[in-house]
Amino acid sequence: MHAYSDAVVRSQGKRRHRAFAATWVIAGGLAALTLSVALSISVGADHVPLPAVWNAVFHFNAKQTSDQVIHTIRLPRAAAALLVGAAFAVAGSLMQGMTRNPLADPGLLGINSGSEFVLAVCMASDPHMPFFGLLMLSFCGAGLGAALVYGMGSLSKGGLTPVRLTLSGAAVSALLVALSQGIALYFGLSQDLSYWLAGGLSNTTWLQVHLMFPWVAAGLIAALLLSKPLTVLSLGEDVAGSLGQRPGLIQAAAAATVLVLAGSAVSVAGPIGFVGLVIPHLARFAVGVDYRLVIPCSAVLGGLLLVLSDLGARMIHPPYETPIGAVIALVGVPFFLYLTRRSRRGL
Amino acid sequence: MGQTRPFSAQRLDRPHANRTGRGKTLVVFVTLAALIFLVFMISLDTGVIRLSPSDVVKTLFGVGTSRSYLILFEFRLPRIVISVLVGTGLALSGCILQSVTRNPLADPGILGVNAGAGLIVLVSAALFPSLMGSLAMPCLAFAGAALTALLIYVLAYKRHEGVVPTRLVLVGISIAAAIDAAILVLELMLDPDNFQFVVTWMAGSIVGTDWNYVLSLLPWLLVIVPFVCCKVRVMNVLNLGDAVAAGLGASVERERIWLLGAAVALAGSCVAVGGGISFVGLIGPHLARRLVGARHERLIPAAALTGALLLISADTLARCIIQSTELPTGLVVAVIGAPYFLYLLARHES
Repeated sequence: MHAYSDAVVRSQGKRRHRAFAATWVIAGGLAALTLSVALSISVGADHVPLPAVWNAVFHFNAKQTSDQVIHTIRLPRAAAALLVGAAFAVAGSLMQGMTRNPLADPGLLGINSGSEFVLAVCMASDPHMPFFGLLMLSFCGAGLGAALVYGMGSLSKGGLTPVRLTLSGAAVSALLVALSQGIALYFGLSQDLSYWLAGGLSNTTWLQVHLMFPWVAAGLIAALLLSKPLTVLSLGEDVAGSLGQRPGLIQAAAAATVLVLAGSAVSVAGPIGFVGLVIPHLARFAVGVDYRLVIPCSAVLGGLLLVLSDLGARMIHPPYETPIGAVIALVGVPFFLYLTRRSRRGL
Repeated sequence: MGQTRPFSAQRLDRPHANRTGRGKTLVVFVTLAALIFLVFMISLDTGVIRLSPSDVVKTLFGVGTSRSYLILFEFRLPRIVISVLVGTGLALSGCILQSVTRNPLADPGILGVNAGAGLIVLVSAALFPSLMGSLAMPCLAFAGAALTALLIYVLAYKRHEGVVPTRLVLVGISIAAAIDAAILVLELMLDPDNFQFVVTWMAGSIVGTDWNYVLSLLPWLLVIVPFVCCKVRVMNVLNLGDAVAAGLGASVERERIWLLGAAVALAGSCVAVGGGISFVGLIGPHLARRLVGARHERLIPAAALTGALLLISADTLARCIIQSTELPTGLVVAVIGAPYFLYLLARHES
């Protein structure tokens, strides 16, 4: 909080500088993103040179195998990575803004543990559940987890405070994870569940991308609309209240947006941790604490991180896929450590 | 953390919240102790082979059958004693961490203790399957925990500033994330038998079940618990924030190193014997704080008792819920602890 308000004061003088930095981050990020998406499409078991990628995307020829590969396997995968990364990162920004907790990430809202629990129940009751069903149930589970966390947090006398939301998130998550681990151990499903927990984007289809796109797009737009009140809210509820805001309303809207974004991302890619935690820090580091700048930067950087990590997941140990969470940790952790050391107040 | 004031300072400046009467505190202590004793007796009775309370009492006074003697002294008692010790240690460790980092969510897991120990257990399960279940395992787990904690501390340390709590927590989380990722990669490579062992270990099933484990854990607690008791005043002061604490004459950085060291040693030794039990360190101190307030001379003993009660109850339940496949104690802790915690959260004002 200290660091935040201090940074706000400092950033007043650097307003123009921040906007400039944001333009750079977004423009540079988008360029890097285009390049990495192109790379992600071209690299793999069947290497396709970049000009051919261009042709396949813009002059699709159904007779060519490489065009087919690109169209049915690599393009949806890259698109999904982009969407998932942006969704997790923006959800993380919203969480950190609304709880004023620099360590909050979407997992704390019970989204990961909720879908893990529902998946464990489903795997135990019907091992041959079709994939599409799992996808939908995972989304419902995310909703269940978030509803539990939010409901439990707001049941209390004093209303929902950021600390209480975080504590209730930790408790509900612990409960749901314990229940699903218990179920998994009892039915001998641990290994299946671990595969899901490892996350990843292999076998992503257009169907998944089409299903996810409207949700993520709506979530991103909602996040942008919320960015201004969120900036005020991140100064503290008292300040926000005295500036004429209704903190409870903003928090509820932000929580719903987090659910939509992170829930759809989790249901497609599994609970990929760390993106939602790290990227918002990175964005704030670059552009300050104005969430109107933080949120678009988070979206771009999150998408970039995930496209690159997915590329890494395929390239590190071919033909096997390294779990994407591990790749993200490999890239993200050292960088994050570097940041925590560099910044004055430990971020 | 993100709050304007440390959570317990909020309590300190609301006099009525802190003036929990001496009488009430005493009642809380006595009740907790009585409950621990009660669960202890129940726990001695239950298991795959049931013993009647009279059998138990007889055996304890040396007039039981050799069979009940064997069951009680070789199997049940060591495990019960271990669960009490581990519960105490973890809750104390969590209590210290929450005070020192002024983060209400801190628990030993934040210092990478569970992750580090888990990684070592996993690697040795894969490389030397014969080591599993032997006394060498806890030693290895402890080494892993201690090394990870040291790494986190070194990475969070900066010259002239020392270790700022926020940075410690952030570094802890990211190192734990890295180790967890490594664990995940390794897990997917394991064969199903070893996998099951590791998963059960990390879910927190009490590993040590004979007196040797008790003997290896006890010295740690006997040294560290008195040390922590000597530091209650320091922790009260540290809770007020670095600047205030320094102003009041505490050498903040040195005290923090000692307390963090104590927390790691407690948690590391407990995780080594008890497996990756995670929830006790988070919730034990919170429950204790609700019961007796934030002053450490009351909080520390209350946290120790709460942790012990939580773990001994969870372990008893773990043994009797589903008797054929024993559930890991850590899971039961979460399943009974979390709802109660949520209830407390809902009932109290901030």
